[in-house]
Amino acid sequence: MYEMIDSKEMDKILHKHQYVPSNIIAMLQDTQAKYRYLPKEAFFYLSENLGISTAKIYSIATFYENFSLEQKGKYVIKICDGTACHVRKSIPILEKLRNELGLSATKVTTDDLMFTVETVSCLGACGLAPVLTVNDKVYAAMTPDKTTELLVKLKEEN
Amino acid sequence: MLLNREDFRNACKIYKKSLDAQKKKILVCAGTGCVAGGALDIYAELIRSNKERGVPCTVSFEKEPHDGSVGIKKSGCHGFCEMGPLVRIEPQGWLYIKVKPEDCDEIIEKSIVGETFLDRLAYIKDGKTYPTQEKIPFYKKQTRLALEHCGHIDATSINEYLAIEGYGAFVKALFDMSQDDIVNEVNLSNLRGRGGGGYPTGRKWIQVRRQEASAKYIVCNGDEGDPGAFMDRSIMEGDPHRILEGMMIAGVACGALEGYIYVRAEYPLAVKRLETAIDEARECGLLGKNILGSGHDFDIKICKGAGAFVCGEGSALTASIEGKRGMPRVKPPRTVEHGLFDKPTVLNNVETFANVPFIIQNGAKCYRAIGQENSPGTKAFALTGNIENTGLIEVPMGTTLREVIFDIGGGMRGGSDFKAVQIGGPSGGCLTKEQLDLPLDFDSLTKAGAMIGLVGLWLWMNIHA
Repeated sequence: MYEMIDSKEMDKILHKHQYVPSNIIAMLQDTQAKYRYLPKEAFFYLSENLGISTAKIYSIATFYENFSLEQKGKYVIKICDGTACHVRKSIPILEKLRNELGLSATKVTTDDLMFTVETVSCLGACGLAPVLTVNDKVYAAMTPDKTTELLVKLKEEN
Repeated sequence: MLLNREDFRNACKIYKKSLDAQKKKILVCAGTGCVAGGALDIYAELIRSNKERGVPCTVSFEKEPHDGSVGIKKSGCHGFCEMGPLVRIEPQGWLYIKVKPEDCDEIIEKSIVGETFLDRLAYIKDGKTYPTQEKIPFYKKQTRLALEHCGHIDATSINEYLAIEGYGAFVKALFDMSQDDIVNEVNLSNLRGRGGGGYPTGRKWIQVRRQEASAKYIVCNGDEGDPGAFMDRSIMEGDPHRILEGMMIAGVACGALEGYIYVRAEYPLAVKRLETAIDEARECGLLGKNILGSGHDFDIKICKGAGAFVCGEGSALTASIEGKRGMPRVKPPRTVEHGLFDKPTVLNNVETFANVPFIIQNGAKCYRAIGQENSPGTKAFALTGNIENTGLIEVPMGTTLREVIFDIGGGMRGGSDFKAVQIGGPSGGCLTKEQLDLPLDFDSLTKAGAMIGLVGLWLWMNIHA
């Protein structure tokens, strides 16, 4: 019945959080860590096992910005556009990445599911502005040129 | 596992001995900033280089003292982020800046095996070389209290925290003080909430303390969402045990058995360090049931945020811990009455909790001697934007904006003219040239903010309170 999710994995997550409904955010985080997004089926599975409505889970998943209902790329690149990074020119970096990968504000993931490009409010690494992260690894004092080099390196890894 | 106070005393003694036995220490800054600059490679290189020369080195802190060994540690943020990655050598207190992996062999050869300072890795300002960290103008005017240990101890070792008398304030509160003693001491210190509001912490604690309830909670707000701010991140990464200790003291004082730390998802390193710290504290018997045989129970959980700026607000934060949408609600009822799971809750920010051990250990009077009458203590600021020395600083309350920007911050980047500074995040305001001599404390800033408001900001520099 569930094609997109592995019910054993979901059981592990439920078990880790003791089937307690108030831990739903942590469960969604673990689900997303597993699948890089929240498959719709996970809502049904969690709903059945926790006894809370799918509507409620959906409302939580859509409230928090970190959750994605769409599949993300293998490399999730987040450009910090907090104030400190913004004034040290983070936008040209974002534009460069979008241009090189054929992405935009509405299309954030490449068709081959390799790259996702998004902005993040503030990574708190303001002393190193502008920064970006690739799957949580921080790259400091970036420029559009350094970004191109980084993309080449990431592509070579595959 | 420490079963009673005697065990605790002995453990502290043993670890202090091991720490003292380390003839030299190398502290590699492992805050987010320096890690991004390659600090972990440097850490690995230093260990390799040390071993190659046959110098005995202690990487993980052990119980048995190794006389004359070199301690190599991943420390918290030293604050001088602009100059990272940073490496500090003790006991001399030398600071090496912008260190690269290829410098490591020379550092070990000259400064660890030998006794020579490497001039080429020194901080130089106006033609003057500064070998010692504390003499650098950036550090000289600072008073580090909440950040006291950041950069000076291994951020990932409870044993090292115990070696410097960490958890001493908690043990004092647990055994030597009544609940009223603790809340009164905090109240007397006039410690005010570092999250921005400046509400007296002691008053919050007293209100939670005097309520009868089936459960009470201690919540630490680590959802530092304001752009440009990274004070709390640095404390969580660099001295996680100090925050736990502050919360544990609050637990004793208010009769709470459970604590939560709410951390932004954007701070993965802080989450990791806090998780390690909590696990270590549990293993030591400082968290859990019947702590040190006192009969007091307390445990702490971490809740990771999921990317909602609004969750930094108290009622939204507690809603989020409860697994709901983080929607702020109208107050009253206030958090101290109906907070987390509708129970009386102490909700304080990271920096506030980090001040508590000092107050309990040294007394309210000692704390009030720092800073100003109505805003005692210190305040950490994050300097970012168009300033020479970006980084993290801590100064006594009442230090003027001019001292912060020009003496500590080194002035405007490239010597340009100062136009304005944005302070306090989205709910703060902008200060201009005319206000450079304004003392930085809660009341002066509120007054100035009321005049300026939140009109368009031209960011020549961004300091964050």
